[in-house]
Amino acid sequence: MKIYVCVKQVPDTSGVVAVNPDGTMNRSKMPTIINPDDLNAMEAALQLKESEGATVVAVSMGPPQAMEMMRELLAMGADEAVLVSGREFGGSDTFATSQIIAGAIHHMGIGEGDLILCGRQAIDGDTAQVGPQIAEKLHLPQVTYATEIKKDGDTYTVRRALEDGYMNIQVKSPCLITCIKELNEPRYMTVAGVFEADDKPLTILDYPALKDEPLIEADTIGLKGSPTNIFKSFNPPVKGQGEMLQGTEKEMAAALAEKLSAKHVI
Amino acid sequence: MAEYNSSLIEEFSDIWVFCEQRDGKLMPTDYELISEGRKLADQRGSKLIGLLLGGEGIENAAKELGGYGADKIIVCEDPALAVYTNEAYTNVVCDIVMERKPEVLLIGASNIGRDLGPRCAARLHTGLTADCTHLDIDMNTYVDFLDKNSNVDVANTDFQMEDVNMKMTRPAFGGHLMATIICPRFRPCMATVRPGVLKKADFDQAKAEACEVEVVRPAINAADIHEKVLEVVKEAKEVVDLIGADVVVSIGNGASKDIETAKKLAQELADALGGGVVGSSRALVDAGLMDADRQVGQTGKTVHPKVYVALGISGAIQHKAGMDNSELIIAVNKNEGEPIFEVADYGLVGDLFKVVPEMIEAIKAVK
Amino acid sequence: MILDQKHARFQKLCRQFAETEFTKELLDKLEETGDFDWDIFKKMAKYGFCGVKIPKEYGGAGGDYLSYAILVEEFARVSPVLSIYANTSNSLGGGPLMLAGSEEQKQKYLPPVAKGEQIMSFALTEPGAGSDAGGTTTRAVEQEDGSFILNGRKTFISGAPMSDYCIVFAKTDPSQKGSRGISMFVLDMHLPGVSLGKPEHKMGIKGYPTCDVIMEDVHVPADALVGKKDKGFGYAMQTLDGGRLGMAAQGVGIAQGCLEEAVKYAKERKQFGRPIANFQAISFMLADMATETEAARQLVYHAAELKDAGKDAGMACSMAKYFAAEAANHVAYKAVQIHGGYGYISEYKVERFYRDARIVPIYEGTSQVQQMVISGMLLK
Repeated sequence: MKIYVCVKQVPDTSGVVAVNPDGTMNRSKMPTIINPDDLNAMEAALQLKESEGATVVAVSMGPPQAMEMMRELLAMGADEAVLVSGREFGGSDTFATSQIIAGAIHHMGIGEGDLILCGRQAIDGDTAQVGPQIAEKLHLPQVTYATEIKKDGDTYTVRRALEDGYMNIQVKSPCLITCIKELNEPRYMTVAGVFEADDKPLTILDYPALKDEPLIEADTIGLKGSPTNIFKSFNPPVKGQGEMLQGTEKEMAAALAEKLSAKHVI
Repeated sequence: MAEYNSSLIEEFSDIWVFCEQRDGKLMPTDYELISEGRKLADQRGSKLIGLLLGGEGIENAAKELGGYGADKIIVCEDPALAVYTNEAYTNVVCDIVMERKPEVLLIGASNIGRDLGPRCAARLHTGLTADCTHLDIDMNTYVDFLDKNSNVDVANTDFQMEDVNMKMTRPAFGGHLMATIICPRFRPCMATVRPGVLKKADFDQAKAEACEVEVVRPAINAADIHEKVLEVVKEAKEVVDLIGADVVVSIGNGASKDIETAKKLAQELADALGGGVVGSSRALVDAGLMDADRQVGQTGKTVHPKVYVALGISGAIQHKAGMDNSELIIAVNKNEGEPIFEVADYGLVGDLFKVVPEMIEAIKAVK
Repeated sequence: MILDQKHARFQKLCRQFAETEFTKELLDKLEETGDFDWDIFKKMAKYGFCGVKIPKEYGGAGGDYLSYAILVEEFARVSPVLSIYANTSNSLGGGPLMLAGSEEQKQKYLPPVAKGEQIMSFALTEPGAGSDAGGTTTRAVEQEDGSFILNGRKTFISGAPMSDYCIVFAKTDPSQKGSRGISMFVLDMHLPGVSLGKPEHKMGIKGYPTCDVIMEDVHVPADALVGKKDKGFGYAMQTLDGGRLGMAAQGVGIAQGCLEEAVKYAKERKQFGRPIANFQAISFMLADMATETEAARQLVYHAAELKDAGKDAGMACSMAKYFAAEAANHVAYKAVQIHGGYGYISEYKVERFYRDARIVPIYEGTSQVQQMVISGMLLK
């Protein structure tokens, strides 16, 4: 069994965010992390590897700087890592990205019993689109928002979270499952993994390596192959400074009550 | 079926809304999307059509949508559509889109909508913009929106006023930026829309009665369906209506040292302010101290109550993204340097465990 | 020195683990009870931290001294006591066997220690023999069959209550003076005649119990002798050489932890209408703290580099230990000072750092012993 885990390197938006003068995010000034939901997918893959035996292949699309992230995934326990990287792939929206990753997975081969795991969504875009779109392009069934994955032969029973409960869905592999943080607690790298990561296979798939794939065509990849474009990006307006109330707890509370009363809020 | 080519954009017309049902009942987002769709259809001068998939009898739920502005509802009825499965729904939606060629297709960004939307967009070879919070077709209304809601210098920017691409605006990078996305070369132009953000119109009985309902019986081939839904479980959770509440009092990290007392104080304060619900920052949810359905923020819920109170919340940008459109914001935090005070109308520096009891008392005294 | 990718990755792992797992609740519990926390120890073991520096063939990860120093530094940055948890097996516990053990001894004792299944402690100090280890009075009398009878008392033995084995130094040839005639044994703590004193009440490093080990007519087999008979003192000194590096790294970690707390506090705390960091009296203190911390770190990394290159690192290790231990105390002092009254209250991290830092210039060779070593080498 081969398990592909799709992973994205993202800017850490939980900390300080660097912004360019034009309002766009300055990615180069921000620390990068492995997208959190993708770590849940990796953990699920490693658990399946431990219980069922599997080859875990981490797949990412990104610039060459993502190599160290790939090493970290190897240090967590992935057997192989593949970075899909090339100028031709730049500027891809979710449609084009899924086209390229699906092409890369097709290139490496996906067959009976294999599995693709993705995180639900990446914290930089929050789209949750690439996983399902990979599934569509590879003609595989998909289950999103997995909070539990059980394997029985080539059948997976997945608990899929809904806003008001959940549904249990059965699918046969090969299939694609997207994972959310409730699924598991991702492990760290291991000490041995850290030291062995440099010896594990880490491959770069560039455009020349993939150009013969049917999914990889000039008008389906990169900026040119992306159906959506950014029309405008902007900052929300800065709200005028509010009023800091002064005094003791009692005085502040009284001042607040007075103001709320004056505004007829209470 | 005529040859489908998503790049022949002039062949596409009308605004469509995918209407989600669970258990045969329409979802709140359906009303929001139909209401918004009406505005878009008016801007474009086209029809608004709802697409409703479901099991036998779902037709009966359709007319109500007319009351929020739909000209017509296409109902796809089949027992296999009673419960959502990705494959059956994708097949039915894509088949009918390929046949009828709508210009715009809106889908609620629920767990189901976000499962269905990307799959359909990939098959239809078109763009999809996720989790939108604002939509415009007419450039004038878009410019007006920018003028009110952005730092863009509208007066000194050139806009092509005849542009009729739908302009889909959404938060990006965890709410740090807003981005407006277009899909100029392909149709339908697809968007999933965040629940609870767009306002529902008033129900109009006359319009509901005038609404046309077309029932379609799609051909569903069992061999195409590889997934089996074993069960659907509703979790009997206390329903927290954060989105609809007039008053939301949220607690954050500052509450973690005595979460039970903090929860109690927050609820009491909400009650004193006229009744409301208790929300939470992401930190408390991640720490397992609060339920995820109470989380306000980019990865939680977006709220716009009349009064929002942040207790012991630092105001990380991802939290602010979920609450900064509240009409009035009050923040209590020990540390006056916290960013929450930047969006607060009134800031109180102090320990929430000491300040909140005083607030409750003072508010009660004034009332 | 600039860490290569592998070491940077390892640093990231250690930092991630420490920042996530060493929760306030855990640290408070260690502080309140003083008890060893098996859960966190098992978790460290699961990820392989106990075997960082133990060779792969003995169940470890085969890391180098630099990795070991990074491990201790990063753990100590969050919790000085928990840095000891992962330290012992890589240092004083596993070290003597790696240094002088026979193949059979290594095969028998190291894998369980590397995997955290067993704990091994190190007993050199005696009530009357601290810095002067030559004053050892514990006796080991060889029997006709080659086995030994041990008698004596070891004191301040860190981790003794949890230990399965203990490396013990005992005089085998009383006719030889001072540090000569001492041998090194691996003592099974479950043998008859081995007993423990009651855990000491310490100023800091709470949560890693320390007590006396008492041996009364303990009969150990011949193969409990590690290395050559009568040559134990040399092994002890060589082991402590490596151990010093670890404790130097602990000093760096404590200093770094204090520095970060102080910077954060100085930016937050307002007096006279502005953050106290804006006062030069405070900001210059911070500058001194950062400089001293970084200097200590570079001494430690350099000593580790020398050891990894197989070069003589004795003096470098002593310098690193001396400087980093003192730096940890200077920096902790200033961190408390910057915190003012709050720094004296146990709710703030620096109060604990301050107490924990105090042991660093004392154990595994006091600062004065390091000065002796350094000056001895200079003047020889």
